[in-house]
Amino acid sequence: MISTLKVAIRFTVITTILLGLAYPLAMTGVAHVLFRDKADGQLITRNGQVIGSAIIGQSFASDRYFHGRISAAGNGYDAANSSGSNLALSNKKLVDRINGDVANYEKTNPGQPVPIDLVTASGSGLDPDITPAAALYQVHRVAEARHMSDDAVRQLVMTHILGRQFGILGEPRVNVLQLNLALDEAAAK
Amino acid sequence: MTANGWFQFLLYFAVLVLLMRPLGIYMTRVFEGQRTFADPVFKPIERLLYRLFGVNAEEEMNWREYAAAMLLFSFVSLVLTYAIERAQHFLPWNPQAFPGVPQALAWNTAASFTTNTNWQSYVPEVTMSYFTQMVGLAYHNFLSAAVGIAVAIGLVRGVARKQANTIGNFWVDTTRALLYVLLPISVILGLVLVSQGVVQNLKPYTQAQTLEHATQSIAQGPVASQEVIKMLGTNGGGFFNTNSAHPFENPTPFSNFLEILAIFLIPAALTITLGRMTKSPGHGWAVFACMTLLFAVALVTVYWAESHPHPLLHGVDQRTTALQSGGNEEGKEVRFGIAGSSLFATVTTDASCGAVNGMHDSFTPLGGMVVLSNIMLGEIIFGGVGSGLYGMLIYVVLSVFIAGLMVGRTPEYLGKKIEAYDVKMAMLYVLIFPLVILVLAAASVLTSAGLNGITNPGPHGLTQILYAFTSAAGNNGSAFAGINANTNWYNIGLGFTMLVGRFLMMVPMLALAGNLALKKSVPPSPGTFPVNSSLFTILLTSVILIVGALTFFPALSLGPILEHLLLHHGMLF
Repeated sequence: MISTLKVAIRFTVITTILLGLAYPLAMTGVAHVLFRDKADGQLITRNGQVIGSAIIGQSFASDRYFHGRISAAGNGYDAANSSGSNLALSNKKLVDRINGDVANYEKTNPGQPVPIDLVTASGSGLDPDITPAAALYQVHRVAEARHMSDDAVRQLVMTHILGRQFGILGEPRVNVLQLNLALDEAAAK
Repeated sequence: MTANGWFQFLLYFAVLVLLMRPLGIYMTRVFEGQRTFADPVFKPIERLLYRLFGVNAEEEMNWREYAAAMLLFSFVSLVLTYAIERAQHFLPWNPQAFPGVPQALAWNTAASFTTNTNWQSYVPEVTMSYFTQMVGLAYHNFLSAAVGIAVAIGLVRGVARKQANTIGNFWVDTTRALLYVLLPISVILGLVLVSQGVVQNLKPYTQAQTLEHATQSIAQGPVASQEVIKMLGTNGGGFFNTNSAHPFENPTPFSNFLEILAIFLIPAALTITLGRMTKSPGHGWAVFACMTLLFAVALVTVYWAESHPHPLLHGVDQRTTALQSGGNEEGKEVRFGIAGSSLFATVTTDASCGAVNGMHDSFTPLGGMVVLSNIMLGEIIFGGVGSGLYGMLIYVVLSVFIAGLMVGRTPEYLGKKIEAYDVKMAMLYVLIFPLVILVLAAASVLTSAGLNGITNPGPHGLTQILYAFTSAAGNNGSAFAGINANTNWYNIGLGFTMLVGRFLMMVPMLALAGNLALKKSVPPSPGTFPVNSSLFTILLTSVILIVGALTFFPALSLGPILEHLLLHHGMLF
């Protein structure tokens, strides 16, 4: 028994050093040589200031920007505190929340049903994407706020639709931050 | 439901079937000590490791020694993880300066990761330092998986050997599982995950100025190295709170595909190993067929349920079109859609993984019921690495026992007579599991400490509690995550449940292995029930479903089934 315990302790210490330290540190090193940008989180910099990550959603409230999904992370898109709403479909709070958001969208798009992903909370609270339907739904509002033509904005959306990966995997989507950056760039020109 | 969705499922299964055979054959060679193509690299390391551990690799253990080694190792590593969590503020790589983890939570987490459960009562990115995640938690992702494989191999040896006293050497089996299987796959797959955008660094959280001039703090960390073994070892403990829904853990549909593949890879390959080691490949395939059948039924049901619109919403577009996947989007990510989320949820609960890429608490009542039922069946549909196979073999023993009763003969399993002692050990395994779930869930419903954890009232609240204890006992680790479980009641209760669900089930398993190894082999006679036939697959599937339904149907009817009926009658809570 004591000898087995001794082996157990030696086994734990040595495997801890190998798998708990050497392995993740080596992976960090190799990842930085091969895929530095990806390993660091695909940060986007403008004028020397990090403005976010290409694959982490952020809050947009202004009519001039496309809006992302509902976020339950912290006070909304808190990327240091990810969370889903975890509301059950039978929870009154969920239905009330969705009805409230639908009423708000009703003001800018009267009579048009809201794509479901715009009024539901994502799993992570950091979903960077919306569906193409949700992007097209917002075209008129954004165009009006920016004094652009609907067609110009719609064109921008169409070029930002990311198809299924390899044509098969996942769902078509639009990255909200990258679309909004493209809007700002189009305005700057 | 879309044609593309079905095609993604078929593609997934095809790739799985393609990979499992070579891996299963390779693992057979590894655990039988035969030569493999990897020997030139790993053999010298393996020998060096045995010297450092002070292990004689030639020495075999009987089941008691095997179990003692497994328990002592688990105890030592549990204590170490507890100590690391408590002392993380004195240790390096703590850029966010998190304080030590409180006692009850540290206990719960140490038990959780030692038992391959990875239930998480905490929000990792505001609680755990990088050091704790790497050394305390990701470490256990490797080790608990290796221990699971070792115990399963021990049981298979018990079936395969004749009149033998021993079932292998625990240290050798565990070392080989780590060195030859888990580590090399992790290194390769981990780097592929980084190429998709899974982060891997030790930097402090990034402070970003968003387009609307708000400050956004972005959590970082050594994620990929943990992510890959979290899936491959069917552990499931996320680096971040939202697990594989988080874009830094699961950034693209391809990373999603690989992560789901990693969950089933080893458990599926182990069915091949079972067939090879027992010299009856047909038996391995019969077991695989049973698993596939149960997997397919669950997947179709979840996909169907999650594609349905919420019945009480107005003014929203929930249709499935070319421009959106529609259906139940609450708690799901756009890039995965309904199909990618349904597949993940089914696989993670079939296996004892417990990672999630969508929030199970926000699934439709029926979708949530199916993932819960997957765990309740004992996580034997491919199941956890190792634990899935030995759990399934328990049902195999019960099936041949029942078949024997039906024709009035002493049941045999691959030449071994199944006698009273074997059936007792199998029944112990089958009974401990529901006992601990139902008793503790009932206790939670009867106490305010338990009821206070509920965040979704009505029948869904019961499901939240039931899910928590089922997940803990099954060492799954997924949750109806709304439940507020970071309380003394749940931390201590669930910690206890996880230990029971792991060790009180592994020990009868090893006892069964030891007893089977001792028996002599009887040649098959015309009265022997063949365990490689489709009839056997059907019988096995029926036994699993009947045992599961008899045990859990009453609880399910008060939870998700009632919720479904009331919701569709317009009732909210």
